[in-house]
Amino acid sequence: MSIRERLSGNEAVSIAIRQINPDVFPAFPITPSTEIPQYFSSYVANGLVDTIFIPVESEHSSMSAAIGAEAAGARSLTATSSCGLAFMWEELYIAASDRLPLALALVCRALSGPININCDHSDAMGARDAGWIQIFAEDNQEAYDNFVQAYRIAEHPSVRLPIMVCQDGFITSHAVQNIELLEDDKVKNFVGQYEPEHYMLKKSEPMAVGAYGTPAFYMEAKKAQLTALQNAKQVALDVAKEFAAISGREYGLFEEYKTEDADFIMVIIGSAAGTAKDAVDALREKGVKAGVLKIRLFRPFPAEEIAAAIKNAKVVACMDRTESFNGHNGPLGADVRTALFDVEKAPKVLNYVYGLGGRDVTVESLTSVFEDMQTVAETGELGETYRYLSVRE
Amino acid sequence: MASDLNKQNDFVSWKELEEGCKIYGGGGSKNFNTGEWRVDCPVWLADKCKQCLICTPVCPDSSIPVVDGKRTDFDYDHCKGCGICAKACPFGAIVMKGAED
Repeated sequence: MSIRERLSGNEAVSIAIRQINPDVFPAFPITPSTEIPQYFSSYVANGLVDTIFIPVESEHSSMSAAIGAEAAGARSLTATSSCGLAFMWEELYIAASDRLPLALALVCRALSGPININCDHSDAMGARDAGWIQIFAEDNQEAYDNFVQAYRIAEHPSVRLPIMVCQDGFITSHAVQNIELLEDDKVKNFVGQYEPEHYMLKKSEPMAVGAYGTPAFYMEAKKAQLTALQNAKQVALDVAKEFAAISGREYGLFEEYKTEDADFIMVIIGSAAGTAKDAVDALREKGVKAGVLKIRLFRPFPAEEIAAAIKNAKVVACMDRTESFNGHNGPLGADVRTALFDVEKAPKVLNYVYGLGGRDVTVESLTSVFEDMQTVAETGELGETYRYLSVRE
Repeated sequence: MASDLNKQNDFVSWKELEEGCKIYGGGGSKNFNTGEWRVDCPVWLADKCKQCLICTPVCPDSSIPVVDGKRTDFDYDHCKGCGICAKACPFGAIVMKGAED
């Protein structure tokens, strides 16, 4: 029997980590991710896990220590937010290029400045080219479920890449919601023991990690890394299938909410997807064929699958919770629009920047996006394609 | 299992490249010809050498082979030409030959 609880996203993730009982957890606190190592350190102190918990002096160090531990043969992880992730920048690329399947619990928060501790996706989106698998949650349940599945995806022999398990700062990380946890032994069996074939502490096989890649090797290394990341798509689906068998909860690369016959589809990531579904329900009652496609796997980007899911819509609105300063679109808008480029009679695409720095995302504001989509369909005029939502003029 | 360094060469395809450019098995640096980096070159003057062996341990690249208790000529495949041995030799038995000499 699964366990019914009410937990914040941070506590749910720290329980998943306790159930997995990883080997090494180096941590440095930063709002709003601090509670994850905080809860976890109490599990360490109470003897509930035998993880080595290392309080380090910075995020540069927490990621470095996680990389070192993983290379040595341990299952490692850390948690962070915002500027903490920015401070790990160099190490993120190293973890991925060294093909180390460690995990990072990212609690998404705005990057400075102006300095701000609230939710947006600028931290995660900035790291989207680092070669990590990125998986997003709408609520505490998904944050927990994604973390339980994370190592199975990352450690798969055809993948072996680090995984960033993302949830929305405060909205998901601190709000307490109902949740269904799996029993400890079920999670342990599902995740399994980490038994890498090669690791630095293997006495019988000395090895070098992080060797210099001359121009003769660098591009081959990147192509191999890309292929491994692309493999993560199928592995994520396979793992989700196994997870459904023990939990009854089904996951795909993305969630399609009333998209099948939809004329107007909103593509969105994270907690605001719940708000969008509410907007869709109300619009459906009025006879508007609205739908939501919620991204779960953002890297690798399931471009073909998304294109197939939204290609029959009249208008698509991509919702970016970050500003990428290219002046034309956000990262999600760019990826979705590119995915649609080769589709015959592709839907029109609008791209919105919303919810930056914790700006409230309401049913009304997201409903206004669907109204904008209807206007585009009615008038045939696209207007400005890169728009700010809920900004004071 | 040791990496086959003969195959991990300039012609290796991305499919055959060791995952994450990791190298398995010890002693692989022997196969990496760092002597190519050398600009200045140490020359051993055997007639001045007293076989005190001070030069051997100061070499950062283990490029002064010792056979039966006596140093032999430099391992030019790995000597980077740093010149530490020439500074350390008390008998002037090692001279550095520069690129311009």
